[in-house]
Amino acid sequence: MLVVEQALNGLQFGLMLFLLAAGLTLVFGVMDMINLAHGSLYMVGAFVAAWIAGRTGSFALGIAGSVLVTGLFGIVLEAGLLRTLYARDHLSQVLATFALILILNDGVKFVFGTDLPLSAPAAFDGPVELLPGLSYPSYRLLILGVGIVLAVLLWLLVQKTRLGALVRAGASNRTMATAMGVDIPKLFTLVFGIGAALCAVAGAFLGPLLAVQVGMGENILILAFVVIVIGGIGSIRGALVGAILVGCVDTLGRTALQHVFRAFLPPQWASAAGPAVASIAVYVFMAVVLAFRPQGLFPARG
Amino acid sequence: MRRAAVIVLAVLAAALPWLLQALGLDFYLSLANRIVVAAIAATSLNLVLGYGGLVSFGHAAFVGLGAYATGILVSEGVTSGWAHLGATLLVAGVAALLIGAISLRTRGVYFIMITLAFAQMLFYLANSIKGYGGDEGLNIRARSVLGAGAFALDLKNPVVCYEAALVVLALVLAALARFVPSRFGRAVLAIRDDDLRAEALGFPTYRLKLVLFVAAGMLGGVAGALGVNQQGYVSPNVLHWTQSGTFMVMVILGGVASVWGGVIGAVVLLLLQEVLGAWTEYWAFWTGWVLLAAVLFARRGLAGLFAAR
Amino acid sequence: MAALLEVRGLVKRFGALVATDEVDLDVQAGEVHALIGPNGAGKTTLVAQLGGQLASDRGTIVFDGAAITRWTAHRRAQRGLVRSFQVTRLFGSASAHANVALAVQAVSGSSLRAWRPVALERALQARAHAVLAEIGLGARADAPVDALSHGERRALEVGMALASRPRLVLLDEPMAGLGHEESTRMEALVASLRATSAVLLIEHDVDAVFRLADRVSVLVGGRVITTGAPDAVRRDPTVIAAYLGEADEL
Repeated sequence: MLVVEQALNGLQFGLMLFLLAAGLTLVFGVMDMINLAHGSLYMVGAFVAAWIAGRTGSFALGIAGSVLVTGLFGIVLEAGLLRTLYARDHLSQVLATFALILILNDGVKFVFGTDLPLSAPAAFDGPVELLPGLSYPSYRLLILGVGIVLAVLLWLLVQKTRLGALVRAGASNRTMATAMGVDIPKLFTLVFGIGAALCAVAGAFLGPLLAVQVGMGENILILAFVVIVIGGIGSIRGALVGAILVGCVDTLGRTALQHVFRAFLPPQWASAAGPAVASIAVYVFMAVVLAFRPQGLFPARG
Repeated sequence: MRRAAVIVLAVLAAALPWLLQALGLDFYLSLANRIVVAAIAATSLNLVLGYGGLVSFGHAAFVGLGAYATGILVSEGVTSGWAHLGATLLVAGVAALLIGAISLRTRGVYFIMITLAFAQMLFYLANSIKGYGGDEGLNIRARSVLGAGAFALDLKNPVVCYEAALVVLALVLAALARFVPSRFGRAVLAIRDDDLRAEALGFPTYRLKLVLFVAAGMLGGVAGALGVNQQGYVSPNVLHWTQSGTFMVMVILGGVASVWGGVIGAVVLLLLQEVLGAWTEYWAFWTGWVLLAAVLFARRGLAGLFAAR
Repeated sequence: MAALLEVRGLVKRFGALVATDEVDLDVQAGEVHALIGPNGAGKTTLVAQLGGQLASDRGTIVFDGAAITRWTAHRRAQRGLVRSFQVTRLFGSASAHANVALAVQAVSGSSLRAWRPVALERALQARAHAVLAEIGLGARADAPVDALSHGERRALEVGMALASRPRLVLLDEPMAGLGHEESTRMEALVASLRATSAVLLIEHDVDAVFRLADRVSVLVGGRVITTGAPDAVRRDPTVIAAYLGEADEL
């Protein structure tokens, strides 16, 4: 039963990672830009949600407000600054977005303080009994639900709408898309705005679980990059599959692997090796995937 | 003219401890030392990033390995500086060889990601070694000692530590200056320009890139060894990807593919942090804006601003 | 006498597309062997497999007695099999002379020397000058490559391949995009190569091909439909139907 619980945790974490990775893979796939500040948008989303929820007492308002504010912030950021980076080389993009991390980290600290409390909505405080003997926190179930709904909505958006077709065209061949008259600047701004909004959702929902604090973006950003590399840059489907895989490997690595180690290794080794291996499990997984499929699982680029 | 400027600079740098003392600013020696160590690390990164065109996002790992190798030896009672140097070169070199051998088979963003991943693995590893501080870091009481008896140079003395770092930096810069117009340097630049063409001409590109990567890793390790001597402390944060990012910022700011790029970047960034830090708690905020301005307006880095063409 | 280059049963697929379909080809030492065919016939794909930039799915390539099918491009270049590119690939940040010097350096000893400036290596620099003179760029030695005209860049592209005095040079459309006068000069250059290297020449300029070549192979749809002396190929009805019959080629 513990395994089921951990698997659900992995799925839940994976779905939130997907929200981050989706925006990141689109920005990288469509605009060919390395955006290190993506994690900072996630942080901003969490802080805004926490602040609003703190003021109004409503988690729902916090989420809604955060999505709006962060989405808008993302649009302003893109139109005002990041747009000038599309034409630049990757190194310049790294430098500029790294600078953004510094600015946003301190900016958030200045406006909100180093951390803010954010608790799950009261309605989802307790556990739910899924099966006889298996109870699972209802809040995590909420996250699962939200994640699945958003994943489906995103899939519909990308596969079934005109906007999605434009995005897919742009991801696989930008010059062709431009040649066919797609209004690239508006498309990019929209893609970025959606990505920022998704970050806000992830930040707000993970806030109660992972703590809302300055610098929270840096660690999850790396995981998001690992996800899109595994999934294939530019592919939403890849981001989903990759995120779920990474979420599960990371969660199970921290728990199930401990059991395996304790069963086979002397205790002092197990307690030392456990956490270390758990953390690197994801990276080993990425290395293995890249060894067999160097372009990721679902490469979008033709 | 340039040569004269370099000599003056070298003399000033060497005399700095006494200059600072005369001005009553001794406490800035530690900053100067940090700058020199960072300059070595940034220059070592410039080797692969600037000249090699390899965007390695895991360079801090090698710096960290050097620091830990030295720190662990010291905490085990081994204080010989030569032993430290040997261990540093070995550990960083082997790590760079293994990481490079795998990473260099990939290109573009995949290379960036794989180097990043390896560095993160080492970061988490450092976090988990409970015997040597774990996530709290490792404090060391003694330092590296070079030589013996009456002629021993103990890096515990801040002036000796600083001068030792300065000598290493000078050697690194001299070697780099010889590297650029040499066969190796020309080949590396050609590979950076067009890997496929270079290989089609007969250059063993993978082998050359690997040697470059290992050399840079070893130099990074030496920077780390000097760093732990200067700080008396090393923590897993030295290996975090944001530290790699900081070194990259120094290189890009100072000027990729330029001999002085790493030095300029280290000086500017660390001085900026120091000056801003004295004025406000939010120095990172203002540093970020300066970096942003640098990207938007100085395309070839600061070294490019001062270069002849 | 064994051929310098022996290609047997070479196959390369890209998904459902068979770009190279059981190709057999020979190049004799000292000959200029032309490879012609319509667009999309797979000429560049074939050259990429011979040069080592692309791995074949099946088949063998034997060069100078060695089975090089799985060899890397740089190993082939060291052995004397060098390729030039259809789309000019030069080291843009360097001068014409520096580009050729690099080509010479690649085949004259280890590049793991980090002390002595290459500029001081007399023999290497002299050879680079000589090659530049051979391709007619002696006066433009110090010009940055980006400042050269298209014709000069094409000549340099070929020069890079020659610098190593290869046994066999694969020339991928050296006359691409050249005007009349430049084409004539390129033709003379290719003709002069015969003294030192065998040449596998891929070209669209059919007249030049028939003037230069000792033998011609025709590649259509990834297959070699015929190989022979220029006159014989020119009159071959299957070749005319498949390729030469196209009005714009004659």
